[in-house]
This record gives sequence, structure tokens and C-alpha cells, in this order.
Amino acid sequence: MRSGASALTRFRSIALGGMSLADYGFYILCATAVVLLLAEAVRDTTNFAQTLVFGLTQGAIFALIALGYTMVYGIIELINFAHGDVFTLSAYIGTTILGLFTVTEGSFTALNLVALVIIFPVVMLIMGGINVAIERIAYRPLRSAPRLAPLITAIGMSFFLEGVMFLWKGPATVHFPNILPQWTTTVGGVFFGLKDIFVIITAAILVALLAFFINRTRLGKAMRATAQDRDAAQLMGIDINRTIAATFFIGALLAGAGGVIYGLYYNTVYYQLGFRTGLIAFTAAVFGGIGNIPGAAIGGLIIGLTAAFSDSYIGGKWTTVVIFGILIGVLVFRPTGLLGMRVPEK
Amino acid sequence: MSNAAKARPTLRDRLNIRERIRDRDTAVYGILIIVAVLFPLVTVYATGGTALVSHATRAGYWVLLAIGLNVVVGFAGLLDLGYAAFFAIGAYTYALLASPQLASSPAHHAVHINFWILIFGSMLMAALFGAILGFPTLRLRGDYLAIVTLGFGEIVPQLFYNFDQWTGGINAVGLIDQPLLPAWIQGPWSGDGDFKIVSPFSFNTDPVAFYVLVCFLIAIAVILVTNLYRSRLGRAWMAIREDEVAAAAMGINTVTTKLLAFGIGASFSGFAGAYYAADVALVSPDNFLFIVSITVLVMVVLGGMGNITGVIVGALVMYYLVFYLIPGLPENATSLASSIGLGSLNQSSGDWPGLGEETQRLNFIIYGGILVGMMLLRPQGLLPSRVREQELKHAAVLEEASAVEEGARA
Repeated sequence: MRSGASALTRFRSIALGGMSLADYGFYILCATAVVLLLAEAVRDTTNFAQTLVFGLTQGAIFALIALGYTMVYGIIELINFAHGDVFTLSAYIGTTILGLFTVTEGSFTALNLVALVIIFPVVMLIMGGINVAIERIAYRPLRSAPRLAPLITAIGMSFFLEGVMFLWKGPATVHFPNILPQWTTTVGGVFFGLKDIFVIITAAILVALLAFFINRTRLGKAMRATAQDRDAAQLMGIDINRTIAATFFIGALLAGAGGVIYGLYYNTVYYQLGFRTGLIAFTAAVFGGIGNIPGAAIGGLIIGLTAAFSDSYIGGKWTTVVIFGILIGVLVFRPTGLLGMRVPEK
Repeated sequence: MSNAAKARPTLRDRLNIRERIRDRDTAVYGILIIVAVLFPLVTVYATGGTALVSHATRAGYWVLLAIGLNVVVGFAGLLDLGYAAFFAIGAYTYALLASPQLASSPAHHAVHINFWILIFGSMLMAALFGAILGFPTLRLRGDYLAIVTLGFGEIVPQLFYNFDQWTGGINAVGLIDQPLLPAWIQGPWSGDGDFKIVSPFSFNTDPVAFYVLVCFLIAIAVILVTNLYRSRLGRAWMAIREDEVAAAAMGINTVTTKLLAFGIGASFSGFAGAYYAADVALVSPDNFLFIVSITVLVMVVLGGMGNITGVIVGALVMYYLVFYLIPGLPENATSLASSIGLGSLNQSSGDWPGLGEETQRLNFIIYGGILVGMMLLRPQGLLPSRVREQELKHAAVLEEASAVEEGARA
């Protein structure tokens, strides 16, 4: 009975040159992936670059969602299953608000620009409000309850939000107006448009703003303190409830922007979109090291790229297996994630 | 620790608590047994058909799943979000080895193994996969384990899709063998006349037989799990759930103990899977998605984690809500509207899709609302384990005290 466990312990404690064998496993896996990708890059550069563009765009959206997961997990250790549906709901609200403008689809007018400038802050603020309300109703009363109770309410909230979208626009896919400039170009056989650039730049700006907020403002500091030690933070005079609400608010701002960007880029959403997207974004957060904010952004990009490369080289039906296989592999070889900050064992 | 010494209960108090636990459990088991016996009698003679008995049979495998997940989540405190994967492994083990499916696979040879042997085969197969997944990952604590199991639960159905040469992929495995018995008593409910002894007997001729079988399996599962809970292993699980470091310090091999919880939980799922495959005779990867894992978890948490009677009641309540009440709502709403003279609501016009359709669209909201509402009202579950309830109260007081202490020190 004992030998199994001690063999595992021995395996984990073998160290070579300051790194454990598990770390070597992790690096060997990463190196293999990089070598295989480089081989593909040399073999068919155009296809590789095309996949890279697609993966980066997709990854930027995953990163925006993953940030919300990682912030909430970092501060109250809850896997917020409703977060993916907050993302989808923002696309639904976005398309409704755009319906109020007489936007022109397929070409870029001054009115489109106005709509574009208005829609981001409006949707983001609405989603922030909704997420704070969700926290207030479903999570805060259960903060001292058994740990699984808020997880179940999170799942319930996820169904509830999906139900709201289903009731609102029905089961079919919903069209999101195509209001971005349609300019596209081909560089060396790689096809990309202003849309791709728009997605990546918007996401980068939002992540930079978040980093500034977390590292430079008082509220950001309060969040970091609360994530580290809630009781100590409270004794230092931090209003815990307000800080947690702010975390949910900011997470929803990013998911809201992500939803609008998703809509603008893909032009079609459906009510169950958030479920799978949320799981993948959550994987990205774990990959980067859950609770770690730069980790979630980088994890999002890497998972987006992985999904794109897997779609292109292995086949779409294997993408789920690849992504969740990577998730299990990361947790086995390096439980703290890529840039891990939080240690799993206390 | 000092707190525990201060408020140490006398032996008599403790005996009282035990007595009360036993009383409530006995009462619940008694009610469940009476209902289980009366249910087919009453429904068959009241409705003249066996549709409700088939419903109860299907509720049965959810009960089996919930009992199994309770070992992992309730006893050992390991959060498993991919429990449906083991259910799938059990179901596919039976489906592939007891159907014509393998004849059209690269093996070119159909296999038909007896149900009574294969149900244990499925159990072992699921336990094996539980151990394979658990061995490298059980060192992880809390939510990290949940994430690994979530990933596993996503991968397994996808693999059954992808290896379509063997499993038929999206076309599912059909024509699965029914369990056989040398003899069985058949009554008038099966359609022809009086009570008679059928020999040999195949289960597909009589839904009531499946009902009896599942009651039997549940009874075996309950006895097994109750004994496990009272054994040395059960106490080790409880110790790990409460404090892993302290448990390890007391000499419990935490990895082996957790692995056993994981493997035993998975084996129950495999057991239920084989039975499910035999009952529905059609197994498709769609039956084992994340939603199944979540539903079982909700049953366990809602019923009262760690308490076997609570979990059974939770599973029955959730089954009734999710598979009977909510899907039946549209029909009920339309007939209600017609009977009170609002039949015009049932027609679709313009944006209004008709009352039936509208109610169906409300299903998600109702289900989500029920989950949130029930958890807010009873975060500890419908019938929480008494021991656990006391521990939680105690732990909350201790935690508050120690938090203040720690804070003062910092």
C-alpha cells in the first residue's frame, strides 16, 4: 500500500541541477511543442502565419475572459461558472444597443464610429452592474457557508443567465452588426484585416489599463492585499465587501469588452456560447497560474494559439482533447501554472 | 485545540447525538423502502401503464451516481467535476462488450458477455481509470483536483466521438444486450394476462423487472457505502477532509486513502453506467457531457454532503425537478391556459411564440433559480450529516477565534 505513494514522492523529489524531474517533464513537453511548431513553420510558412494571426485574435478574447476568472478566484477562491455567460450576455446587450443606432453594415460611416465609441463603455458598465448584483445575491450570503455552496449557486447563475438570453432572443444564433471597417490585406499570402488588428490592440489596451489599476491605485492595492490574506486586510482597514464587489465589477468590465469584441469580430453569438468559451478561458487562467493576472493574459494567448494550431494541424475534433490534455499535463507537471504565484498546498 | 478541550462533551451527550442520527436515518430508510415497494403497485394500477415505473428506474441510476460521488465529495472532501467520465467508461464498457458494435469495428468480431459478469467488469474498468487519473493528480489540493477532473470529464466524451471506428462516434452504440435471468415472475402489467413464471427471462419484456433490479443495486450500494463509512477507511477519509496535514501527521497515508476514495467513487459510477447501458440499450457520447457531472454534484450538495440518506433524497428531488417537473411544464401550462379560457395564449402570434414554447424557454431560468434559491435557503443541504453539521458549527467558531488571534499577531 505504501510503495505507490512513496514511489510518487520519490519521483517528484528527484532533482537534477536544481530542478525536479516534474519540471524537466514540463520543459520537455513545452520544447517538443515548440520544435514541432517550428518544423511546421518552415514547411508551410503561409499557413503557419495565417494560423498565428487567427490564434492571436482568438487568444486576445480568451485572455479578457480569463482575467475575470483569475481575479475572482484569487480573491474568494470561487470558480465563477457564471463568468462565461456574463461574457455572452454582454454580446447580446451590445447587439441590442447597436440596434438603436442606424448603423451601416459592411462599410464604415461616421455614425458607426460614434456607435463604436459609445457601445464599449455602456456595455461594460451595464455588465459591471450585473456582475456586482450577481455577487451580492448569489455569492456574498454564502461566504461563510460550506465551500461547495457558492459553487452550486455559480452554476445556477450560469443557467439563469443562459435562460435569460434564451428567453430574450430565442434558441437560434443572433446576428451582431458588422460595423468595423472592412479593410483587409494580404502580406506574403497571409490574409488579415483591420478587424484582427482592432481586436488585438483593444485587448492589449484593456490589459494594460488593468495592470495599471492593480499595481498603481489604492483599490488595486486593496485587492492584492485581500487576495493575500483577507482577515489581515480587514484589520488594516480595508472594506472587504467593497473590494470583492470591485473585483467582480472589473472582471465584468473585461468580460463585457470581450463580448463586444467577440461580436464585432465573429458577427454571430448564441446563448450557450459562454459555456464552452468560459471553460476554455478558465483553462487559460489555470495555465497561466490561477490568481496571477499577467499569467491569465499570457495563458489566454497561448490557449488561443494552441486551439488555432490544433484546429489547423491536428483537426478540429481533437481541439477539446488537446486543450484539456494540456490542462491536465500542466497541473501534473507544474501545478502552479506557467507564471504560478499561488502555491496549491498551504 | 484548546477550545475542544474546554467544550469536551460528556460520553452521555455523545451517545445522545449518535442515537438521534440513527433515528433519523432509520426513519428515512423506512420511508424510502415503503415508497419503493408501493410505487410500482400504485402507479401500475392507477395509470394502467409502466411509464412512471420506467421514470423511477431512470431516477435509480442517478441515485447510484449520487451515492458514488458522495464517497468522493462528501466523505473524502475531494471535488470531482468530471464524474460523468467514469459513468461513460462504465456504460461504454458494457455497450461495446455486449452488442453487435465490435463486428463493424477493426476487430470484426462482435462480443456478447453476460450482464452479470460485465457489470463488475465495468466497475473495475471505471475504478482503473479513476486510479490512472488519480495517481498523478491526487497530490493536488482542493480546486486544482476539481480542474483536473473537469478536464478529464471534457476529454472522455470527445474521445468516444473521435474513435468512431470503435465506438460508432456520433451514431452511438445501439442494440445493446439485455440482462437475462433463468426465471422471473411476470404480472398483468406486462400486457398479457395473469401472473406467471417466465423462463428464461429477458429484461426488455418487463420495465418492472428493471425497477426491481435497480432497487436491488441501490440497496447493495447503500450497505457497502455505510460499512465503508464506519470502517477505518471511512474515518481516514473524514480525517483527510477535515485537515489533510493533521491526518498525515497521524500516520494516514493520504495519497493511498484519497486514491481509494477516487477509485471506489469511480467504480460506483461504472456500475451505474453498465446498468444504464443495459436499460436504455443505446449509448451516445452526448449522454455524458459536463451537465451530467454537474447534475450529480448538485444532487449530492443539495441532499446534504456526506449523509447517505440525504444524498438519496437529494437525487430523487433533483430527478423529479430536472427530468419530470420542468420538462412537463410547457404541457401543463398550455392545458391550464385552455382550461381557464385563455387558450388564445397557446397560439403563437408575432413575437409571442405561444405559451408552451415560452414556458419551455423559461426552463433554464427556473432551473437556475431553483439551484440558487435552494442553496441560499439551505447551504448545508436538505438532510445534512449531523456529525458534519456539528463540525461545521464548531469549525466556524474556531475559525473566527483563530482569525482574530492571527490578525492580532500580524
